[in-house]
Amino acid sequence: MIVQMENTTAAKIEKKLNQLRDENGVVTLGRVLTLVILAQAGHSEMAVEAANYASHEHPCRIIVHVAHSRTDETRLDAQLRVGGDAGASEVILMHGYGDLAEPTETLVSALLLPDAPIVAWWPHDFPQNPSESSIGRIAHRRITDSSRADEPFASLTQLARQYTPGDTDLAWTRITNWRVQLAAVLDQVGPVAVREIVLEGNAVAPSMLLLGVWLSQRLGAKVTIRTDGSGRALDRVALLTDQGAVEINRPGRTVAVLSQPDQPDQQIAMPVRDLKTCLAEELRRLDADEVYGEVIRAGLDAAEVCTAAQAKQEVGDVVEAEDAVVETGSEHMTAEAADRGGAAARDGEGDTSTSGSDEADGAVRP
Amino acid sequence: MPENTQHNPLRDPRDRRLTRVAAPSALVLFGVTGDLAKKKLLPAMYDLANRSLLPPAFSLVGFGRRDWNDAQFAEYVKEHVAEHARTPYNEDLWNQFASGLRFVHGEFDDDDAYVRLAQTLDELDRDRGTRGNHAFYLSIPPKTFEVVCQQLADHDLADSQDSKGWRRVVIEKPFGHDLDSARELNAIVERVFRPDSVFRIDHYLGKETVQNILALRFANQMFEPLWDARYVDHVQITMAEEIGIGSRAGYYDGVGAARDVIQNHLLQLLAFTAMEEPASFSAHNLRREKAKVLESVVLPSDLGEHSALGQYTSGLQGGEFVKGFHEESDIPADSRTETFAALRVDINNRRWAGVPFYLRAGKRLGRRVTEIAVAFKKSPNLLFRDTDNEEFGQNAIVIRIQPDEGVTIRFGSKVPGTQSEIRDVTMDFGYGHAFTESSPEAYERLIFDVLLGEPPLFPDHSEVELSWKILDPFENYWSEHQVQPEPYAPGSWGPESAHELMARDGRVWRRP
Repeated sequence: MIVQMENTTAAKIEKKLNQLRDENGVVTLGRVLTLVILAQAGHSEMAVEAANYASHEHPCRIIVHVAHSRTDETRLDAQLRVGGDAGASEVILMHGYGDLAEPTETLVSALLLPDAPIVAWWPHDFPQNPSESSIGRIAHRRITDSSRADEPFASLTQLARQYTPGDTDLAWTRITNWRVQLAAVLDQVGPVAVREIVLEGNAVAPSMLLLGVWLSQRLGAKVTIRTDGSGRALDRVALLTDQGAVEINRPGRTVAVLSQPDQPDQQIAMPVRDLKTCLAEELRRLDADEVYGEVIRAGLDAAEVCTAAQAKQEVGDVVEAEDAVVETGSEHMTAEAADRGGAAARDGEGDTSTSGSDEADGAVRP
Repeated sequence: MPENTQHNPLRDPRDRRLTRVAAPSALVLFGVTGDLAKKKLLPAMYDLANRSLLPPAFSLVGFGRRDWNDAQFAEYVKEHVAEHARTPYNEDLWNQFASGLRFVHGEFDDDDAYVRLAQTLDELDRDRGTRGNHAFYLSIPPKTFEVVCQQLADHDLADSQDSKGWRRVVIEKPFGHDLDSARELNAIVERVFRPDSVFRIDHYLGKETVQNILALRFANQMFEPLWDARYVDHVQITMAEEIGIGSRAGYYDGVGAARDVIQNHLLQLLAFTAMEEPASFSAHNLRREKAKVLESVVLPSDLGEHSALGQYTSGLQGGEFVKGFHEESDIPADSRTETFAALRVDINNRRWAGVPFYLRAGKRLGRRVTEIAVAFKKSPNLLFRDTDNEEFGQNAIVIRIQPDEGVTIRFGSKVPGTQSEIRDVTMDFGYGHAFTESSPEAYERLIFDVLLGEPPLFPDHSEVELSWKILDPFENYWSEHQVQPEPYAPGSWGPESAHELMARDGRVWRRP
């Protein structure tokens, strides 16, 4: 059921919700959290869809704040979705205009579930300092999505500077499957010295950088990010050891090939993860992700990441984009990659072949 | 695999996103054409693959009488995966999964077939990198275990000194039909496989809700202080099915409800409900606590008074005419097999002395439900004397195992407007109507645990023996006294004698 409310207030919305529950018996059982989505006008529907899906695993109340123009007259419109239109949740869409374009605790506090954890999610751009924003301060978890932000690398650097326990970024979630498979391979291989780590793709998206930093931190080896101009950003990870290369290569969207010394090639089912699966994973834990914290905070500076453009003539770009090195905070991260990364992520906007998103391309907007 | 995880620099206990993936391995399935394989095992394996939990090398070898080649076997698997899998069908994923499917045809006693099986496994080790890790899933009647186990040993497929990887065997209930046969069966299996390589499947233990019993009890502070003889009056454990025996006459006749489910599922539920807090989730600690409870079980002195047997008759059940037990095909007219059994046991330890545990299981009952009801003692009632005392006051915590998984708490509340009238109300926690939509099937969890080599959710042989020691005296009593199961109408809650059993103790069965 969908109920529209124009020019309303949070108190009226709460009253309406209670009334709906009494009259229709529409009630969501055992909600475990309140998910507050902080979206921009025109970009909320995909986030709501993903949240509805995730609510099947984590019954929740979803509050979506849609920021409209700050110069409009101050007004709050709302839409309530309950029952079949809301998955295993109830959705409250709040369209804020004028002064209410800024989401604040006072705006939503009457609608938060009592005693339940609050998760804030910025599906696209996020404020200067998420954990210090009004909603961010009351949230137990803050989910950002640097690869979908307008400036992916600037955003990532910003997150690195301001990391507060409880922060996570979906760029990190998107590489979980890669990390799981790489860890599983090393379980089999046993103790081994990795000399070098090579990541390949056509662009350096935030996910790729995070994966590189994590591997480099853990394995104590240098990471080279190579850009090969193929269709998608992250499609090959190789760990170079004295015995040969352990390599996962995913040229398509579902199946990757694992190669390792003295073993036949193996196929791994590793489908590209879409937004809803990533969000569901993100909601599975409500405590701080310390490993992410280490990667984003210490890692971006300390890890040995360097990028190698395959074509020598592109060296010129490296010099040109020197500023980008500073911006990502990585000494070894050469500008060429950062620059291309930013460009590719933006290019990704045009990629409508996927319904959700990808480890790499990131910026698919509805 | 577990031995390497501690040396793996990518592993970090804080990094809980990094789920474990099973080691490269091949699973040999005996009984591929059985119902269980079709409806549960094959779909569960595909679902595991779909969730990226299976190793890339994972290979499934079907062993059976059909004259199939690999492609025909794959076709057969695909049909049942498409029909029963929980996760969506994806062509690319299927192709990846199907590339590891093999079929070996032969009889269980056919030497040549095992030679071919050994060859197939060698090829898989070589071509797919299964690294000599082989699991054998015996989804076949127990009487064939001996020949299969012996053949596996003769062809060097079972545990041996020089085998490369691990060898595991998975067996399904029934683990015998009494203590002696259970020991015999165990001896057969453990002659060729090490005790810690034997995985006995009680699929109830793979259910999220059963694991949740431990969470409810030990992750919370408010229930455990009440969880003893001081506050608890009695416990009822019910497993009811609304269906009849269907086409399972061959298996069911001579087994009956008590051996079929009380000996395994219900006694496991009893153990989970009554056990002390284990020191950890390790198999050793968990099994030790369960075994302690099962060892503390004492039987009533008069087994006849405290048990009841029934057989369903024909009649209308929920608007549909159904056959009685004796009219089901292949059931002899003089069959004394019970389709309903109820019994009382006590637990003689400090926590539970004086608290009876009532277990009942049956077919063609009112509805399909499995639940544990912990009924509390009535409160001493001084204030609300005017109210009819029978109407309220017995608090209960009901753990619903299936369907509609969740927990209900019943307590008294004042009726609005009246002077001081009290009614029982319930507070309900549903695992959620849509919540369980994506929670894994029991078999997914269990097959995954077999491949990981994680035994906590599998009962060991001592638990099986202890369970038979509890049930055998009842079975002996029933057969010595030629106890005739009492007829009950389909859709009812069992025969009159079951209600009398409770009435004798001044109690009633809960209506689930």
